[in-house]
Amino acid sequence: MGEFFKYFSPSIYNYVILSSILFAIGVMGVLIRRNIIIIFMAIELMLNAVNLLLVGFSVHHDDTGGQVFVFFIMAVAAAEITVGLAILMMIYRNTGSVSVDSLKNLKW
Amino acid sequence: MDNILFFILSALAIGGALMVILARNPVYSVLFTILTFFAIGGHFLLLNAQFLFIVNIIVYAGAIMVLFLYVIMMLNLNKQSEPTQPFFIKVIAAISGGLLLITLLGALRGMDSDKVISDIPYSDIGLVKNLGKVLFTEYLIPFEISSVLFLSAMIGAVMLGKKNLKDH
Repeated sequence: MGEFFKYFSPSIYNYVILSSILFAIGVMGVLIRRNIIIIFMAIELMLNAVNLLLVGFSVHHDDTGGQVFVFFIMAVAAAEITVGLAILMMIYRNTGSVSVDSLKNLKW
Repeated sequence: MDNILFFILSALAIGGALMVILARNPVYSVLFTILTFFAIGGHFLLLNAQFLFIVNIIVYAGAIMVLFLYVIMMLNLNKQSEPTQPFFIKVIAAISGGLLLITLLGALRGMDSDKVISDIPYSDIGLVKNLGKVLFTEYLIPFEISSVLFLSAMIGAVMLGKKNLKDH
């Protein structure tokens, strides 16, 4: 049992791997799904993967800058999601669908 | 002990993230996103970033995900209204995501392994006291500007949410 968990130490190396996996899952989510809400959530996943890596490196280098940046990323993400979901409601009201395909003709 | 916690939190985060993009029902996606955010918050706690742990729980798992749930509730989405993607496009998307992962992990090969394998040292920079001091001295102007950003986001959301935009 101890042999198995030996590879999962909370080192910066493992955090880079974990963040890469989460970021790749987010990219796959954006590419696989058509639902705009799920695409938003995949974008949130990518933001969180980057946040995790920033915190990891900030602690690794004992520098506060990384964690302050994570704080600002969270603030900007909250603002972005607010406006994005308002636009989504608008799209749904005009087209009656939440698929990204309903936006392909670029006209009102 | 740290290794076991790291393993459990990582498994929860990756499993939750996979379920977010694979679940057919948008409500389940939101719930699995909350699970993933809690797992990432646990990682913050493991790194002794207590302030960001609390902010992550309050802002992400609390505010943003409730916003998502409200939108799904107002749009009345369910499995039937879920748009579908052709199968071969899904395969291509999965392959491209996997290639990105391989590229990101391939960049790790040149790392100096002795330094990076060791556990992250204990640090107290993530405590509210230390982070608040930096936030209100060195990063004061960005902090104030972010409040303007929130004001504009709020006005924009109200503007876009109006029933008839053309009447104004």
